[in-house]
Amino acid sequence: MKAYKIIVLAKQVPDTRNVGKDAMKADGTINRAALPAIFNPEDLNALEQALRIKDKFPESTVEIVTMGPGRAADIIREGLFRGTDGGILLTDRAFAGSDTLATSYAIGQALKKMGDIDIIVAGRQAIDGDTAQVGPQVAEKLGMLQVTYVEEITEMDDNSITVKRRLENGVETVKCPLPLVITVNGSAPDCRARNAKLLMKFKHAKTATEIETLSDELKPLYERRTDLVLTEWTVADIETEADQLGLKGSPTKVKSIENVVLQAKDSKVISSSDDDIESLMVELIESHTIG
Amino acid sequence: MNNIFVYCEIEEGRVAEVSQELLTKGRTLASELNCKLEAIAIGHKLDGVEKQIIPYGVDTLYLADDARLFPYQTLPHTSLVVKLFEEEKPQIALMGASSIGRDLGPRVSSALHSGLTADCTSLIIGDHFDKKQDKNYENLLYQIRPAFGGNIIATIINPDCRPQMATVREGVMKKEILDENYKGKVVQLDVAKYVDDTDFVVEIIERHMEKSKVNIKGASIVVSGGYGVGSKENFQLLNELAEVLGGEVGASRAAVDAGFADHERQIGQTGVTVRPKLYIACGISGQIQHRAGMEESAQIIAINTDSEAPINSIADYVITGDIADVIPKMIKSYKKNSK
Repeated sequence: MKAYKIIVLAKQVPDTRNVGKDAMKADGTINRAALPAIFNPEDLNALEQALRIKDKFPESTVEIVTMGPGRAADIIREGLFRGTDGGILLTDRAFAGSDTLATSYAIGQALKKMGDIDIIVAGRQAIDGDTAQVGPQVAEKLGMLQVTYVEEITEMDDNSITVKRRLENGVETVKCPLPLVITVNGSAPDCRARNAKLLMKFKHAKTATEIETLSDELKPLYERRTDLVLTEWTVADIETEADQLGLKGSPTKVKSIENVVLQAKDSKVISSSDDDIESLMVELIESHTIG
Repeated sequence: MNNIFVYCEIEEGRVAEVSQELLTKGRTLASELNCKLEAIAIGHKLDGVEKQIIPYGVDTLYLADDARLFPYQTLPHTSLVVKLFEEEKPQIALMGASSIGRDLGPRVSSALHSGLTADCTSLIIGDHFDKKQDKNYENLLYQIRPAFGGNIIATIINPDCRPQMATVREGVMKKEILDENYKGKVVQLDVAKYVDDTDFVVEIIERHMEKSKVNIKGASIVVSGGYGVGSKENFQLLNELAEVLGGEVGASRAAVDAGFADHERQIGQTGVTVRPKLYIACGISGQIQHRAGMEESAQIIAINTDSEAPINSIADYVITGDIADVIPKMIKSYKKNSK
């Protein structure tokens, strides 16, 4: 039976959907510490699609590649809890300040080192930037075809894959040759829950950097259980040109950032009493705003 | 050379709304920069399409016409745009932030190593002084967009790489014909020079496009709900109010994510932009990304249990109360007084 080498691109993001009042500091800047770091939602939809291929073709492997600070190792662990075969955390200060293009370059160079990949699956976009650019840009860097806005994989054979795309005003079913990059919509099925056995097995999985911080009596575990050591690559582990990385490798620059300051309008405050609502509706009818 | 390019999306012989809006914006920018406005349309049976494009003030329209170029496919459209941009070296390139533009844009930007900013809400021309290099850049495109969940507004520039690329959602820019008799030229591209047969690897098995049944953009009254509405059932109240007033129902992203409303009703930076006569925001806190899609409404009513909700600061009328209490009262009162 066919075995596919599948890579999932995933990102750890601040949970911008639940920005509460404590997320803003008194000076109006963002209190990043108050925002929990989560697995980017559409990357979970992507992970599910990858795991479904593996369900069907059990000889396949699914690995997550993520770029971010050390704590993004959580993304690799979350994958293991759900049935992946591991992954790679790309982490280095040299990547800091990357725009989507510099990010795609670094990820692309890492993927080139991973050998012949059949399918790369990524979420359509990340909730912190909403750009939807990294999937297609990685595809271009690798010279691979891309299929975006995928909702369902309907068929697979040795050399091709058929997917349903959900577009803003319709659906499209396309058959594409492998290898390719797929980006998955949030309308695709949710990711399966963590598997209790896998959670027990991998809950102590750590990167070398994380193991360093442990006390000496805990370290020998990782010599016996090498499956608990998560792969961590720095810029030294991949072939890169320095001027393509980080801020320097980013064509786009942030010129300025403004905190959102609301210019208060003169608003009329109305209670929810019958009389107040009545007079509002009458006012709107008389001004021909409604009716 | 060094002109402004707009990629025009074509479906069934019609130029997409978003492309018409970008042509209008492109014309303004071209006039300010004293350069030409150019456009590219790729598809099949494009005869006459220039009549829909040139009146926006387009100086040169490039057409690539081939049966295989419709419907849109990533690789052939990318090849055409990349090669044409390599020849023409535009300074600015604009695309719709649609499922086509967001597929094509990043691919083109990666191939040309030029920066791309997604979902811009404003595009203006400005200068930039780089302190580190002690260098002044004149007439850059400021690509302005909310970021970080709408808590900040970022101005993005591409100082050194060209073209400066941006995508913009439908409805964000206004469309306006410049001159019905504008004189622009049409250049037919020799498709075989730009696209390899090997680019056509995708087989389109089935395609089902439908005109959106929802017309929030054109509605003069929009009743919109947020996460605070609480449930799909409570959204029914909004439907009733919209029906009585003759309006459409919209939703914030949080409400769409929670499954209270369909995605096509989403209003905001990553949804539709509306400018109705009256916008009734129900249980919407009012993050900037949502406000970007509705703040130009002529009148805004905000109904919230939270008297401190950010939306209140841009509302003309603030009702502090529960929508389950307030909306039925509004319906009743409207029915009583409208006759």
